[in-house]
Amino acid sequence: MTEKPSTGETVLRYFAWLRERTGLSEERLILPADILTVGDLLLWQSRRGHPFNQAFAKPEAIRVAIDHSHAKPAAEIGSAREIAFFPPVTGG
Amino acid sequence: MAVRVSEADFDVSEEMARLAGDDTGIGGVSIFVGKVRGEAGGEKLVSMTLEHYPGMTEAELERIEAEAQQRFRLSASLIIHRVGELKPGDNIVLVIACSPHRGDAFGATAFLMDYLKTCAPFWKKETLVSGTTRWVEARESDDEAAAAWVSIGK
Repeated sequence: MTEKPSTGETVLRYFAWLRERTGLSEERLILPADILTVGDLLLWQSRRGHPFNQAFAKPEAIRVAIDHSHAKPAAEIGSAREIAFFPPVTGG
Repeated sequence: MAVRVSEADFDVSEEMARLAGDDTGIGGVSIFVGKVRGEAGGEKLVSMTLEHYPGMTEAELERIEAEAQQRFRLSASLIIHRVGELKPGDNIVLVIACSPHRGDAFGATAFLMDYLKTCAPFWKKETLVSGTTRWVEARESDDEAAAAWVSIGK
């Protein structure tokens, strides 16, 4: 994991075409308190304005990991330190 | 049991010899090597760039390997996955499973590959001869192959 975020901050990381479309590989911010689940977070990203609204226009095409573990839309964010967004994986 | 993410190529016989060591309980070794195809969607491929999620990749590969150990009788196993820019014909991935008997070796190799393809955070970007670049899309058949193991159970 990257450097430990300061209190209340969450590290958001972006990979593959999400990194390209957001123009970011990572950012640190304090998430709004009403974001409880992965689904809430995806919806928030899609309403965040350019370039996030375009990058997150199809949330069903985006996968999320919380602290290095895959997380479904219903998963609670809790005290996550690092949340990553990426397309379905294509290794192997 | 070992996993490795690396830009460097691997030598299959060297890796096999190191993994099996002097364990004479091993009766079968199954090896899978994934390679870069020289063609994508009818067009010539110039290169393929592999991106991954450092930290999560290793964690995920270790989880997959631990799951394989639960399901199969394994004496030793190894997963090596390359990242960075690769050319047609280059090796991408190596999976080796050593077991007392061939059934477990074959099964574990297939299981490790099926799960790796759907769970391990790697992404491929193709550069074609026309100059276009594109991210490879996930295949439904890969999800189905991994899901099939769930119904087979332990």
